[in-house]
Amino acid sequence: MQLKPKYLSLLILVLLVAAAPLFFPSGFYYRVGALIFINGIAVTGMVILIGYAGQISLGHAGFAGIGAYSCALAPVYLNIPPVAAIAFGAALSAALAWVVGRPILKLHGYYLGVATLGLGILISMVLLNEAQWTGGPDGIAVPDLGLRGLLRDMGLRVGAGELWYWVAALVMILGAWLALNLFDSPTGRALRALHGSEVAARTIGIDVPRHKLHAFVVSAVYASVSGSLLAQMNRLITPDVAGFMHSVQMVTMAVLGGVSSVLGAIFGATILTALPQLLTVFHQYEHMVLGLVMILVMIFLPDGLLPSILKRLKGRNEE
Amino acid sequence: MSDLLQFLLSGLTVGAVYALLALGFTIIFNASGVVNFAQGEFVMLGGMATAFGIAAGLPVPLAALLAILGTAALGVALNALAIAPARGAPVVSLIIITIGAAIFLQGAAGLLFDKQIHRYPGFSGEAALRILGATILPQSLWVIAGATLTFALLWLFFSRTLTGKAVLATANNPLAASLVGINTRAIMALSFGLSAAIGAVAGLLVTPITMTAYNTGVALALSGFAAAMLGGLGSPLGALVGGLLLGVLEALTAGYVSSQYKDAVSFILIILVLTFLPQGLLGRKSTDRV
Amino acid sequence: MSALLDISDLGIAFGGIKAVDGVSFAVRPGEIVSVIGPNGAGKTTLFNMISGLYRPSQGQVRLDGRDITAMEPHLLARLGLSRTFQNLQLFGDMTLLENVMVGHHLRERAHVLPDLFALSSSRRSTRASADNALALLRRVRLDKGAYREARAMSYGALKRLEIARALALEPRILLLDEPAAGCNAVETAEIDELIAEVAASGVAILLVEHDMKLVMKISAHIVVLDHGRKIAEGAPAEVARDPQVIAAYLGQHGQDQVLHAER
Repeated sequence: MQLKPKYLSLLILVLLVAAAPLFFPSGFYYRVGALIFINGIAVTGMVILIGYAGQISLGHAGFAGIGAYSCALAPVYLNIPPVAAIAFGAALSAALAWVVGRPILKLHGYYLGVATLGLGILISMVLLNEAQWTGGPDGIAVPDLGLRGLLRDMGLRVGAGELWYWVAALVMILGAWLALNLFDSPTGRALRALHGSEVAARTIGIDVPRHKLHAFVVSAVYASVSGSLLAQMNRLITPDVAGFMHSVQMVTMAVLGGVSSVLGAIFGATILTALPQLLTVFHQYEHMVLGLVMILVMIFLPDGLLPSILKRLKGRNEE
Repeated sequence: MSDLLQFLLSGLTVGAVYALLALGFTIIFNASGVVNFAQGEFVMLGGMATAFGIAAGLPVPLAALLAILGTAALGVALNALAIAPARGAPVVSLIIITIGAAIFLQGAAGLLFDKQIHRYPGFSGEAALRILGATILPQSLWVIAGATLTFALLWLFFSRTLTGKAVLATANNPLAASLVGINTRAIMALSFGLSAAIGAVAGLLVTPITMTAYNTGVALALSGFAAAMLGGLGSPLGALVGGLLLGVLEALTAGYVSSQYKDAVSFILIILVLTFLPQGLLGRKSTDRV
Repeated sequence: MSALLDISDLGIAFGGIKAVDGVSFAVRPGEIVSVIGPNGAGKTTLFNMISGLYRPSQGQVRLDGRDITAMEPHLLARLGLSRTFQNLQLFGDMTLLENVMVGHHLRERAHVLPDLFALSSSRRSTRASADNALALLRRVRLDKGAYREARAMSYGALKRLEIARALALEPRILLLDEPAAGCNAVETAEIDELIAEVAASGVAILLVEHDMKLVMKISAHIVVLDHGRKIAEGAPAEVARDPQVIAAYLGQHGQDQVLHAER
């Protein structure tokens, strides 16, 4: 029986997530894994925005910031339980994306890049400057989600790293499932069509602004949830989460891995998250290596790492 | 009143730097269609290299000249190694390439120089001049004069020399330019070198006022980019107007509203301008052909 | 029968130059009307105005009596206006099947939440679109390559693919911009047959085409443009004998073709 590509992708993802801990030399790797999955969630949103709809954003870290600070602030000031704060942040991000997206998404290419960049920077500026709420540049503590306590009451003792590994994996796989659903759906086809030719998309009845906006909002929610989980895992959050470099990181991970496919983007997130964590020896050269990798991959493997690797493998099989 | 003058003076100083940054963006954008996010690194390198030259005992003019030449060479190398090989790549790829270059240069500067904050004394001393109750550093005059001179020289270059006209022709229509025998590759290299040199000039002029460090490039690039977009990407005059306008607005915001949110001005402005005037204040309008 | 598409005094100027100036004509259901004229006569510009891509500076476009001048293209599609492009506007990364499936967009009612969660409503419309799209691909004989990416196909195949996508909208009026350009004789004959067949099903067709043989053979009515103005219109035989048309456009060579086609 032929497995549909969607289920094949999910199966690969589940197997890798489940098998990886078998090779972990120490508990530290659970944290690295969790970080990979948290970034994996954000880049899956990038796949929908950049890969499907062909729209760039250099400001999505702003939404991650909203998600993260919602988890820190909503439980304290609004008496919302920490779990619900994730949903609260997602709703807030979606609302902001909805309002700002309409005018911004009329822009194309670099202009869209700069407008979104400005949006992200404005959000991070607020987080940085409103210190009486956000703690300013030092960051702020995040109330405990209470998951470990809950598990302990049920008689399960799990390390924090291990717990977050599985929680983040679960959310990432759920996110991947949604994005893969979208790909082969009326909305997904409309997005990919307007990516290919906006003019043609309009003449076949696609409401281009509406669909772009949907992609923008959905990807903002992904970024927000990613930021929320990061905050909950670290229990401390700083404005860096909303910074320009984090936005760049999201786009780079996705495009480097292969932004047209969910698996590719998550592959990119894996590499760019794991390398700096594992190669601490090279800490000094981290920036240079990162910059070099970005340039080289874009020049020599413009489709991204995973699609290029797959193409090469396929080519070899056919010979 | 003297407050206002004070804010205008400091705004013009910063604005002159933004205008030079925006000019650098504009030259590269016109030649290659690429928005170079590494533009701020040129400014940083100009400042850092001059600081290290002076610290090594070189006379200021020599240190400055070496910084400009070195940065210009780097600009040419950036084009040859990272931009030219990616010709025709989608905008997202080009954005990642130039951001990658910015990160690389930042890392290299941190390693090659150091990670400290640097400055050197102003070229004409540090004693503030008084004008109508406001004060201005002599170095501010250097910045403003340097920017004015750069714009004037560039205007002469583009309007009076054959090479300058070739650059304009290439910006207008690369294919036609190459058909009439213009070496568009050389023009690209020239544009990157020129743009990097302009960035270095801005950096070495402003460092005595603002100081510099290996990681200041990204923020500079963003402001300069905002200025270029504000004036209209692709228009040198727009770069000048956008840069000065942005500098003054930032200074006024810092003075009358909140110094914490002065950087917000550029981005609020840019979102508004792009939304309501997508071509910027002085940019050209383009029509899609189907 | 009254006109389905009614164009009156339509014109547009770019930077002071009138690309199209005061053009009027009408298309009835099931009728094939061709717009001909030398290169630069304003044919594609006319199409772009009718399909809402350009905003006319004068005149009106009516569909079924309703003023649709400068309406958003996606709303025009909803009213049953569909078109193809002279220089192909296809979705290269998508398969042939998907290219035609998006043509069904208006009937799919794409909603982002059901689509994210793959609710049965979403899966049902995908299945329905796929079935319809496959039937259309069969009709333009492209069903064998249904799962190949559009970018991998030949130019002639893509021309037919674009027609299939336009037909997926189930239009009431179809605008075809040089459907046979770049096609060989066999492909042209196929397209000819397809157009006639579509018109026979009651769809009004407005055609821009350089292949005079094709135009003369299938058009009921021909509108001739030159320098943005209508210089003649009428039945093919009439137009072909119009001295102004011959002078402006057809020339001796064209007239030979016309006579050949009539025979």
